[in-house]
Amino acid sequence: MTEVTALAPLEDLGGEAQPLLTVRGLTKHFPVRGDLFSPRKTVHAVDDVSFEVAKGETVGIVGESGCGKSTTARLLMHLMDYDSGDIIYDGMKVGRELSLRDLRRAMQMVFQDSYASLNPRLTIEESIAFGPRVHGMAAAEAQLLARDLLGKVGLRPETFANRYPHEISGGQRQRVNIARALALSPRLVILDEAVSALDKSVEAQVLNLLVDLKREFGLTYIFISHDLNVVRYISDRVLVMYLGQVVELGPIDGVWGNPVHPYTRALLAAMPTSDPDNRTQIAPITGDPPNPIDPPQACRFHTRCPFVDTVCSMVAPKLADIGTDGHQAACHMAVAGSGHSRAPGPNAGT
Amino acid sequence: MTNIVEVRNLHVRFSGERTVHAVNDVSLSVAEGEVLGLLGESGSGKSVTLRALLRLLPKARTTISGTIKVAGQDVLALGEQKLSAFRGQTASMIFQEPGLALDPVYTIGDQIAESVVRHKGVSKSDAMARALQMLDVVRIPSAKRRLESYPHEMSGGMRQRAMIALALACEPKVLLADEPTTALDATVQIQILLLLRELQREFGMSVIFVTHDIGVAIEICDRVAVMYAGQIVETGTMREIVRSPLHPYPKGLLASTVHGAERGSRLGTIPGAPPSLSTAPDSCSFAPRCSNAQPRCVEQLPPTVQIGPERIVRCVLAESAA
Ligand SMILES: Nc1ncnc2c1ncn2[C@@H]1O[C@H](COP(=O)(O)OP(=O)(O)OP(=O)(O)O)[C@@H](O)[C@H]1O
Ligand SMILES: Nc1ncnc2c1ncn2[C@@H]1O[C@H](COP(=O)(O)OP(=O)(O)OP(=O)(O)O)[C@@H](O)[C@H]1O
Ligand code: SF4
Ligand SMILES: [Mg+2]
Ligand SMILES: [Mg+2]
Repeated sequence: MTEVTALAPLEDLGGEAQPLLTVRGLTKHFPVRGDLFSPRKTVHAVDDVSFEVAKGETVGIVGESGCGKSTTARLLMHLMDYDSGDIIYDGMKVGRELSLRDLRRAMQMVFQDSYASLNPRLTIEESIAFGPRVHGMAAAEAQLLARDLLGKVGLRPETFANRYPHEISGGQRQRVNIARALALSPRLVILDEAVSALDKSVEAQVLNLLVDLKREFGLTYIFISHDLNVVRYISDRVLVMYLGQVVELGPIDGVWGNPVHPYTRALLAAMPTSDPDNRTQIAPITGDPPNPIDPPQACRFHTRCPFVDTVCSMVAPKLADIGTDGHQAACHMAVAGSGHSRAPGPNAGT
Repeated sequence: MTNIVEVRNLHVRFSGERTVHAVNDVSLSVAEGEVLGLLGESGSGKSVTLRALLRLLPKARTTISGTIKVAGQDVLALGEQKLSAFRGQTASMIFQEPGLALDPVYTIGDQIAESVVRHKGVSKSDAMARALQMLDVVRIPSAKRRLESYPHEMSGGMRQRAMIALALACEPKVLLADEPTTALDATVQIQILLLLRELQREFGMSVIFVTHDIGVAIEICDRVAVMYAGQIVETGTMREIVRSPLHPYPKGLLASTVHGAERGSRLGTIPGAPPSLSTAPDSCSFAPRCSNAQPRCVEQLPPTVQIGPERIVRCVLAESAA
């Protein structure tokens, strides 16, 4: 039997305690053309986003359509330039200490549309072997690796290796995409709505697979989804985004069990029930999310917030500690002396 | 209770490049003022069943058999003129994509008014007044100004409200809803579900609500029919299906839900994938994925087992429960 060899993963540098990824002040604005009568406008797709991802954890990102989840992911992958901010991988600043080429091996991404990242003219095996070949692996070796990975994602190589993307189901294609991402021995995998297009029974299969692979390969995940149940199931920590900004983050049980930002509370309360005797009676908030073109000033949620106060449309709330476990929220109600009538007194909590 | 919708032994087959047996022997009924859910995964035949009720399927390539009765009318026998009166007045439909119902080149007001003039024979100004009233009913803010809006000038949630206003303007007896909240954001989806629930009661309509999301079904349906490979495999009240499903498919679906599952624990799964629909089923379509399949299951079609007044299961395993 021939030995399967994989590309060596990037070496661990900083050890356990150093975050695998540190994101500071990440910002991306898209200019959009105004019409004849209005000046140029700006989509604030990602605005001053900061967070860390520890080695081996899964960080979920949630928020409504257009809040900047995918843009954040693409910026992390350096698929587009950012306006400002820093992305630091295992202590190395990307573009300086760490080359883009190395980054793109260390970090891989799986998209919602299972067709998008597969070349329709390549067989599944060729698609998986493609990345390793580009990174210098010999053809025969890359083929062995591809077949091995197909087995790991639950697709028998004898049956599937020579098929084309259109000859397999959506769930199977998503497995191929996961195998393709793993072929470069990444340490961080960004899953952008990777199970969202799958039927529920197939989604469960792929989630089980992701949990197994994480253990086997010691992976770290960033898991983007609009399905809060799935995020709770898979994540250790979560970021809640609204109109390009992080409004709350922290350990998943803390954030889900004790949501502090009114938007997080609304999102959770908007989830359809699972109990026929306990249907939702009132919608937690009314109206649609505002346009991310020229979003509301100060607190971006103030136009929909049931607790809005004068300060909310004047001063932008900053992320403030809620507990000692890294739970933070950006709402004036959480900060003593912020000027919000519901804020704790100036001496509270000290 | 009288049934406003009665579908018996409906079969829908598409021919053309490839044959698709999309709906295979579906029978269902909806009582007056009742909300029936059609729940199932992609390709299970939910939309085709719904479209058959309005005869919206491509004529040349579709073979339909069985009977469809809506409000006493034999839908498959309606002539063109009666059919166009039937659509909108007796039954109307809302979609996931408002683009399927709203015309981009007319204002919302004009579209609703046109439908009211056509079905109710009232004057243009009365029809416009009705349009305004409907925009209020679906809680579109500044309704008066919005009458003049084109669909593309509205947000997603607002377009969905406008489509509902259009569908309900002539007070149909039956509303057919095909995943009307699937494309919406979570905080908007719940608003539209609650709106539909309220309007259903207010108008006393019957509704068939198609969804692949069991949570959405629970929020709005009284009864639910679970579809698999073009067939209804189990029908029951929402409670019965959620608490004590009998057919292995809904059982498996409920076991695979992540809701309430411990983080990172193994989820129940249904192995394999749904069958291709290129031939008509002659055995249980779920048998290849079923852990309880018996020799009978692959030899003949499963029996239709009536468990209670509202409860029907198509599975040999249900015979002992009957
Ligand atoms: N290349 C681009 N040019 C202009 N605007 C863009 C571009 N990419 C994204 N945007 C805008 O940036 C905002 C954030 O988009 P993004 O795709 O990151 O959202 P998202 O949170 O992933 O949403 P969804 O849940 O719908 O996937 C949106 O308003 C989007 O229209
Ligand atoms: N006009 C058509 N011509 C040929 N095949 C069709 C046509 N419409 C639907 N089908 C096929 O019929 C089957 C049932 O489709 P249907 O649209 O009813 O599924 P569905 O349950 O609504 O799924 P989804 O959740 O994806 O909307 C599918 O295999 C589909 O490809
Ligand atoms: S800062 Fe004000 S408007 Fe923003 S979420 Fe908190 S209370 Fe609401
Ligand atoms: Mg996205
Ligand atoms: Mg459909």
